[in-house]
Amino acid sequence: MGFSVEFSDIIFKNQKREPAEFAEIALELRRDIIKSLTLAKSGHSGGPLGVSDIMSVLFFGGVMNHNPQAPDWAERDRFVLSAGHMAPVLYSALARSGYFPAEELATLRKWGSRLQGHPGLDKKLPGVETSSGSLGQGISIAVGMAMSDKLIDKNDRNVFCITGDGEIQEGTVWEAAMSASHHKLDNLCWIVDNNDCQIDGRCSDVMNIYPLDTKFASFGFDVINIDGHNYEEIIAAFEKFKANKGSGRPTVVIAKTFMGKGVSFMHDQYGWHGNPPKPEQAEQALSELV
Amino acid sequence: MKKYELLGNKPTRHGFGEGLVALGEKHDNVVVLGGDITGSVMTSLFKDKFPERFFSLGIAEQNATTVAAGMALSGKIPFFSSYSAFAAFRNADQLRVSVCYNNANVKIGGGHSGITVGPDGATHQSLEEVALLRALPNMTLVVPADFEEAKKATIAVGEMFGPAYIRFGRPNVPMFTDENSEFVIGKANVLTEGNDVAIVAAGLMVWEALLAAEQLEKNHGIKARVINNHTIKPIDIETITIAARECGAIVTAEEHQVYGGLGGAVAEVVVKNAPVPMEFVGMPDIFGASGEPEELLEKFGFTWKAIYASALKAIERKEKSTNDIRKVTDIPKYFENM
Repeated sequence: MGFSVEFSDIIFKNQKREPAEFAEIALELRRDIIKSLTLAKSGHSGGPLGVSDIMSVLFFGGVMNHNPQAPDWAERDRFVLSAGHMAPVLYSALARSGYFPAEELATLRKWGSRLQGHPGLDKKLPGVETSSGSLGQGISIAVGMAMSDKLIDKNDRNVFCITGDGEIQEGTVWEAAMSASHHKLDNLCWIVDNNDCQIDGRCSDVMNIYPLDTKFASFGFDVINIDGHNYEEIIAAFEKFKANKGSGRPTVVIAKTFMGKGVSFMHDQYGWHGNPPKPEQAEQALSELV
Repeated sequence: MKKYELLGNKPTRHGFGEGLVALGEKHDNVVVLGGDITGSVMTSLFKDKFPERFFSLGIAEQNATTVAAGMALSGKIPFFSSYSAFAAFRNADQLRVSVCYNNANVKIGGGHSGITVGPDGATHQSLEEVALLRALPNMTLVVPADFEEAKKATIAVGEMFGPAYIRFGRPNVPMFTDENSEFVIGKANVLTEGNDVAIVAAGLMVWEALLAAEQLEKNHGIKARVINNHTIKPIDIETITIAARECGAIVTAEEHQVYGGLGGAVAEVVVKNAPVPMEFVGMPDIFGASGEPEELLEKFGFTWKAIYASALKAIERKEKSTNDIRKVTDIPKYFENM
């Protein structure tokens, strides 16, 4: 059975919003994720659904300074998706911001597409700041960007970066943490998507990552623990990060999330890390995402 | 045959350090990332001159390489330098994805390369990285032969766009190029004229190649064409193909494993464009050991004598194979039409 869907052409503005306003945006992102992955017939469902609420606040809540009409605007804040496999949520956020037409989401992972399975800078998709996908590297890229902004250009730009929680099992992530703290990168906001799921199971079973907050605190971070699906807490976390500028300490937001959030049969199921929905599963998922 | 005078002895790493300072004076966006051993790889010269453009990242080559990519994506020209043993293999994934796939304008200085790091032993004697680096799309790879060339190469890679790696060494090595010698990335320099055999060398083996050519002429009247192939990638296809066609035999010489390095790069060109007998001077697929540089060069065969013997062998094979080729061309006509 074929799967045919339409992508809406709705665009959301990036502006300060009441917490309740983000629900509608996050739903749109989640619908895009389900549709594009089903058409792609491969890819990662769970993670992108889990960070959709955070991405909604980041891209559409006036948190990040960015301009879809001028992707290379020199004063923009930058976003690095270190967990590159979560690309579908990034592509959706960019399309819904107006960087490119949402219908292009249907080309995800296909030959000739700018929407690579993991973000590829060489494909020049507007809004993509770096290639990512080899876990652990994006956060070091973000550190390099933040060093360039704060220590060389001495400007007010911010760098936001999302890593997975399984991702922080990569040793280089802690090299990055050390350097962010050493160089006093209070312009760096690191979000750890703490869904406690990775391909083989619970993070604590595959390779224990806990405790997270004291670990980051001991590396010199200001640690903010939030429920990654609570818009008030997400907004407050980013406000705190901005208020923290000048402190000389980088910020980490440890966001407790659920893999597959919003789709009942994917909720908190690590088996949905790296699989796309089948067409009938997509129908059900979309019927829930209203 | 043109003679090259020994102008002195200096390490190529000094050329790298001085080249960096020259670049820093010329370009505000050149920055240097330190990996703790700044005095060894001579980035300390830049650190002293431009402290505000020097950033210490500790003993963490994977992070430093990726931080460099982040800076390059912010319009900077970052140089990160460490020993080649850690600046190419330890961070290989970072070089592949964050630097080369991003086509980020990152420059890596690989110091203390090769057997001549000496007493530190096999762990530090990096003899494999050329094979790895030249397999990476977008990468430019330069192996300068002496102090002046290292300085010019450093400035040249700083002023080109894209990922680049400069490989240099620790000890004093003979200087034979000067400020006026030509250096263009991707353009090999023909140092001596000759049509009997071509010796394609890089790094400190270029001087040894010149010594070998002198002895070949003196003892056998053989005229060797010595080529300084400082850029391993992109390789100079034209100069190598012409050398293969006109000389009919090639010897490569490098301070690296015989597999996958300069020899492999030259062989790829030769096999495709002008197949001729080749001999390879390099590390014979083994690890090194502690010893003084001079002693190790001698023991593992990184000498003019090894090049000399290989040249005689290549010429012998050429003379033999010329006969063989003639035999093959004698095959019945109908074969040619197939």
